[in-house]
Amino acid sequence: MKDFYFDYAGTTPTREEVFKIMEPYFKNEYGNPSTIYKKGRIAKEALENARTKIADIIGAVPSEIIFTSGATESSNLAIRGIAHRARKEGRGSHIITSQIEHPSVLATVKDLEENYGFKATYLPVDSKGLINPETLKKEIRDETILVSIMWANNEVGTVEPIAEIGEIISEINKIREAEKKHRIYFHTDAVQAVAYFDISLDKLHIDLMSVTAHKFYAPKGVGFLYVKRGTELLPQQTGGHQEGRKRAGTENVASIVGMAQALELAIKNQKEEFERLIKLRDRIIEEVLKIEDVYLTGDKEKRLPHIASFVIKYIEGESLLLKLEKEGISAATGSACSSDSLAPSHVLLALGIKSEVAHGSLRISLGRYTDEGQVNYLLEKLPKIIADLREISAVKGDF
Amino acid sequence: MADLYSKKVMDHFEHPHNMGEVKDADGKGRVGNPVCGDVMQLEIKVSQNEEGEDYIEDIKFKTFGCAAAIATSSMITDLAMGKTLDEAYKIEKSDVAEALDGLPAIKNHCSNLSSDALRKAIDDYRSKKS
Repeated sequence: MKDFYFDYAGTTPTREEVFKIMEPYFKNEYGNPSTIYKKGRIAKEALENARTKIADIIGAVPSEIIFTSGATESSNLAIRGIAHRARKEGRGSHIITSQIEHPSVLATVKDLEENYGFKATYLPVDSKGLINPETLKKEIRDETILVSIMWANNEVGTVEPIAEIGEIISEINKIREAEKKHRIYFHTDAVQAVAYFDISLDKLHIDLMSVTAHKFYAPKGVGFLYVKRGTELLPQQTGGHQEGRKRAGTENVASIVGMAQALELAIKNQKEEFERLIKLRDRIIEEVLKIEDVYLTGDKEKRLPHIASFVIKYIEGESLLLKLEKEGISAATGSACSSDSLAPSHVLLALGIKSEVAHGSLRISLGRYTDEGQVNYLLEKLPKIIADLREISAVKGDF
Repeated sequence: MADLYSKKVMDHFEHPHNMGEVKDADGKGRVGNPVCGDVMQLEIKVSQNEEGEDYIEDIKFKTFGCAAAIATSSMITDLAMGKTLDEAYKIEKSDVAEALDGLPAIKNHCSNLSSDALRKAIDDYRSKKS
């Protein structure tokens, strides 16, 4: 079976080197890091080495890294943890996020709003998916406790002005501090960004950052939350004393070791890989846009290196994906018909794309094993598939 | 392999039957809404059989939608072809789904519109005739 994988933004395979380094922690070094005998100490050492490695890479200190089961848990811990703590201490109850966040952020904020009495502002984005920091600034109120804005969007690839937003929040916090008022915390979902950008948290005003490992060639089910020193949150999973009492449960040692190794490898040739992917990505964008009635989604410049995303008028995403699959190509869509919901992607709608057009979305995402030959294959198959589906289509030219 | 759809659905999706438009169609039926992601269009050519009953001499479809929408459109053209209008009018959603060896529940709800399209085409023909 031909295998042309174009869904690296969805997930990635675990790298061989990563798999190998994990292996002993399944077999001989299976100790529980919370125990004091040798096996436990070995596991603990591996765990702490991984923590240090990750901290070094992102410009943090080891105690600022909390291991979790992935970004969904990280974002839940960050948002709920900050919100409930603020509530407990009688601070504000207002959260600012955006309309294009990942469901792990959006649904969490919605839950706090609907079931726990918090207030929320969902910032709009422009047609490229960009948040306007000035708009954000205007939405900040005395009661605002948390801002959660993603580093880069997973569906359309747009990279948000994270540094600028952090700067704004930091300025406001300085004033607040002088006035002895509570501060605003800034959380970012860095799932798509962490392997591709310089994450120097020591230079940015970010208090919390969610990461998952399986987007950078480590296993699923592991991730971390960066929590800046002095950021107090209430644990959301209670039990033992692991992870500085912020996240109970025996740590997933093997996967954590794998995650640290994978991140290190990703950073090692980050620049070369970044440029290599941008070339492939831009070639895809250039060629696909030659097809009639196809539009790029997201920003052309402020864009993740590994995501090319489009809307293709008059066809529907699930049909497109199945036709691509027939040719051995795996890709993604934000069409409603590809999920259990009936509405197309909330991200595309937030960009102002009409529903009927959003149904025809296609995300092609690239990674380590994508090469020119694979891109050529994709570019050879895609136009014909689009033409075939348009021939069947009952709405060609209707909108 | 874990499949989304039955083999029959995939066969009809990949090789749809009677796709296109009927020349000088006697009846047209269009259902669905592009906003919801499904639009089906059926066109029929009606003739009289030896008993003088109206029957579907030709039927063609065009569909915008998911694989289930395309497959149900293709299947109904097979089911309706050659049938009298009275018989064709009786084709239910469940008949189409059954002929395709079943559809995922959510697809039955949102993408199984072809019997509605067929009835609309028959109504269209009848209203023009009367």
